[in-house]
Amino acid sequence: MSAKAAPSKIDVSAKRDDDAVKLPIFMDNHSTSAVDLRVVHAMLPFFTQHYGNAASRNHSFGWTAEAAVENARAQVATLLGGDAKEIVWTSGATESNNLAIKGAASFLKKQGNHIITVETEHKSVIDACKRLQREGFEVTYLRPAKDGLVTPEQIVAAMTDKTTVVSIMVANNEIGVIQPIEAIGAAIKARNPKCLFHTDAVQAFGKIPFDVEKAKVDLASITAHKLYGPKGIGALWVRRRPRVRIDPLIDGGGHERGMRSGTLPVPMIVGFGKAAEVARQEMEVEAAGLRSLRDRLHKGITARLTETYVNGSMEHRLPGNLNISFAFVEGESLLMALKDVAVSSGSACTSASLEPSYVLRALGVGDELAHTSIRFGLGRFNTEAEVDYVIELVTRSVERLRTLSPLWEMHQEGIDINSIQWTPH
Amino acid sequence: MAYSEKVIDHYENPRNVGTFKTEQDVSTDEVGMGLVGAPACGDVMRLEIRVKDGLIADARFKTFGCGSAIASSSLATEMIKGMTLDQAAQIKNTHIVEELNLPPVKIHCSVLAEDAIKAAIEDYKKKHAK
Ligand SMILES: Cc1ncc(COP(=O)(O)O)c(C=O)c1O
Repeated sequence: MSAKAAPSKIDVSAKRDDDAVKLPIFMDNHSTSAVDLRVVHAMLPFFTQHYGNAASRNHSFGWTAEAAVENARAQVATLLGGDAKEIVWTSGATESNNLAIKGAASFLKKQGNHIITVETEHKSVIDACKRLQREGFEVTYLRPAKDGLVTPEQIVAAMTDKTTVVSIMVANNEIGVIQPIEAIGAAIKARNPKCLFHTDAVQAFGKIPFDVEKAKVDLASITAHKLYGPKGIGALWVRRRPRVRIDPLIDGGGHERGMRSGTLPVPMIVGFGKAAEVARQEMEVEAAGLRSLRDRLHKGITARLTETYVNGSMEHRLPGNLNISFAFVEGESLLMALKDVAVSSGSACTSASLEPSYVLRALGVGDELAHTSIRFGLGRFNTEAEVDYVIELVTRSVERLRTLSPLWEMHQEGIDINSIQWTPH
Repeated sequence: MAYSEKVIDHYENPRNVGTFKTEQDVSTDEVGMGLVGAPACGDVMRLEIRVKDGLIADARFKTFGCGSAIASSSLATEMIKGMTLDQAAQIKNTHIVEELNLPPVKIHCSVLAEDAIKAAIEDYKKKHAK
């Protein structure tokens, strides 16, 4: 019973025609999303017809552009539960996070020098904080529980009289875990109403209910391209009552109430507005649909494969997210098998460090399991047939790769992987 | 990252997968086994050689790792067949890098394959050093 004849390519073509799916399948909607056609159509006239500069006050080209920008401001603000005047356009959420954290820390540096955030935040939050540390600020990186959640008590316990900014994301981009953001906001403000509360709301915006008033946030970062809008446009929501002040990162013509200079990219802003409007109308139905697709994917996989582990809380999770480890199968090798399906892995075989996802590490997922994780990000345009195709392909690929895996063989033989003296390299 | 055609070929049609442990016609003293890497690093290779009359008559592998790691170990089993232990011990990771067109971030996969060959030879020699 030798295994000389290696199992070859996976054939999943034995599907009924009416279930036919178009390849490749995009299931990486936490990284970005396709632009909705309704958004494209809203944008088009602003390239060739209404191409005015929204800051031109003395002709109709400028007025038309300005009116469109203000309309989009209202569309985006409404979905956040805020006011149109509180929207500051940026190039995306990386800039929004930098502007919020650096801008607030800098403006408040006479009041204090302490910032609190969480280890599982997006790199644009973590690295902005690291830079502030190099400039003399103190940063506390809270460790979430195994399920990815932080508690209001944990945050308040870390606050000192020197804490000026707390930055906690609504929903995580890797594991989809949703923080108890309203309880967190209430707790921070109860401890110190002057401490600014920033949230990276990128993954939650338009996907789950999120309201800046209910969460008592002062600053919220969002971006269009995760919400079926264009890439390169984002916003920072900056509270006006009571007025929150931050230092700008970019100086210039004083656009956006001095917080972000630069000529506004009107077509992108119009697209962002439209994307927000569509999401506001469809979010509830869409979320229910995504949740059922996600659960179908999860059940379909776990019904056929053993030794799979969901990373992060299943209960407090974005409807379209499934982050799952396939023990004994390295993530990148699985991605290779799924070459017609766009998903991502927490394995870091391609990175120089060889270290797996820092988010999974923070949760205490062992490195060996982190290397086997795959993130599925379902979105507006995924179908049940695609999910079924992916279940089939994932299952067969994991089975094949397990036949190649010495660890799987050891596991089958009852050998404890941890009892072996490995040689880390 | 795009994989080279050779990596894809070895990944999709890996050569010499398995273990001599389950092959009845192979006696354990013919076999040397190298187990290198670590699950926490995302790469584990197990390479087995079957030695007959001083030559590596056959080889088996199993690998937990990325496509390039699987391809590196699959290729290694092909390269060493028919070699003496000394010849096989001379194989350098750079041979594997060239043969598979591995990009710089994947060099460590070839290093691991070299280590696996050496470890299997060591294991065999240890068994027979009396
Ligand atoms: C949680 C989170 N924050 C921030 C960003 C950065 O957004 P952008 O791509 O618009 O810079 C992303 C996406 O990459 C994200 O997922």
